[in-house]
Amino acid sequence: MEFPQSLKYTKTHEWVKQDGDSLLVGISEAAQDMLGEIVFVGEVKVGESLAAGDTAGVVESVKAASDIYAPVDGEILEFNGALETEPQKLNQSPYELWIYRMKPRSMADLDRLLDPAAYQATLGAEK
Amino acid sequence: MLKRTPLYDTHLGCGAKTVDFGGWDMPLHYGSQLDEHHAVRRGAGMFDVSHMLAVDMDGRGTSDFLRRLLANDVARLVTPGKALYACMLNEAGGVIDDLIVYRLAPERFRLVVNAGTADKDLGWMRAQGGAPRERRELSIIAVQGPEARAKVWSVRPQWKAQALPVFAAAEFGPVTVARTGYTGEDGFEIILPAADAPSLWNDLRSAGVAPCGLGARDTLRLEAGMNLYGKDMEETVSPLDAGLAWTVAMKDARAFIGRAALESKGQSRAFLGLKLAERGVMRSHMKVLTARGDGEVTSGTFSPTMNLSIALARLPLGSAPGEAVQVEMRGKPVPATVVKPPFVRNGRILA
Repeated sequence: MEFPQSLKYTKTHEWVKQDGDSLLVGISEAAQDMLGEIVFVGEVKVGESLAAGDTAGVVESVKAASDIYAPVDGEILEFNGALETEPQKLNQSPYELWIYRMKPRSMADLDRLLDPAAYQATLGAEK
Repeated sequence: MLKRTPLYDTHLGCGAKTVDFGGWDMPLHYGSQLDEHHAVRRGAGMFDVSHMLAVDMDGRGTSDFLRRLLANDVARLVTPGKALYACMLNEAGGVIDDLIVYRLAPERFRLVVNAGTADKDLGWMRAQGGAPRERRELSIIAVQGPEARAKVWSVRPQWKAQALPVFAAAEFGPVTVARTGYTGEDGFEIILPAADAPSLWNDLRSAGVAPCGLGARDTLRLEAGMNLYGKDMEETVSPLDAGLAWTVAMKDARAFIGRAALESKGQSRAFLGLKLAERGVMRSHMKVLTARGDGEVTSGTFSPTMNLSIALARLPLGSAPGEAVQVEMRGKPVPATVVKPPFVRNGRILA
């Protein structure tokens, strides 16, 4: 199981990457493994303002629907349209495909997110 | 401790990811549920369904007993070897279980019942005066898909001796080969001594038959418009409200358990399919909003063959194919169309 060092994580299994003055958000390899084969990603509303922990969209697998959350306060700027046609790519390359781009209220909020080791520790605690 | 079928170790050797299914540790998939689904629609796949229970009943009076026990009529099985899908009802007309009954000889029958209901079923059969014999020493392997029969014959040529019509079975020593299934494709369900199950499984795998788990079994049966006990019907649901009127034989005066209740209550709900018009996946218990009132999704899934979400649903009486409805998904109404199941049969999209 991989946990790229360059990324920040949430305990709800999102990864977050700073890209200029915006953030890219996806789901971790552990998340896609728990979900099983992904068949739909969506309900991300561009322009919506969210507080940290608010529902930002949904990932549906053959097994279940799972919400994805905003890692920090901010506004949704963009949804990755590639996922509409090939959602299963999230299983293959979870860290290469971001789900949405958001403009954070403050870049400093990133400091509240988990580093790879801390995120990995939360996975151990779930089992 | 979860129960294991005689093929458990074989499954682990094939890379199975297992799941607790009604107290049984069963394969969910062997890597990709979607690939397994397509293997059955396009080639051949196999399922271990040994958690299901074969129950034998024989002796004088057995056919009369089954004509009272089951809502479908075993007298329809004129030729030995023929099989029938039937519901076993309680006095209130609710479904205790759905099963396949094979007439192996004039007064010799085999019923295959669901795993989760097996003990309850046996208790009910005995309470009605029956003498069911549990055949827990038998395993069941379902081989399904357009190439399934050819693959089975390639590894067990002796089973080709008898050309089996659809919904018929033949016995080869201790093995029963039946041309039945739960996928909407051609194929066999093979009931055999547990000791022989791993070698058959391994031979089929070498012949190119894909091991398939319960995940693919569920998407295949839903595409085929086949009910799942505990989701689409249960003890409080009449077969008439579960799309199973075709399995209730009421033409003659046969007195079967539950008949009086079915006749007095009649049908109260329509049981139909849904096709979601947008992306997303319908799931069990979602509310369906129609012009005649609310309905409910009984089972929903993502259809790998159609690449959209399909469902079976109980809807207000009068609902009909072609009607536009909405499914309440995660607090939001999403448009869907009512269709007549099956969605897919023999590899072709019908709905």
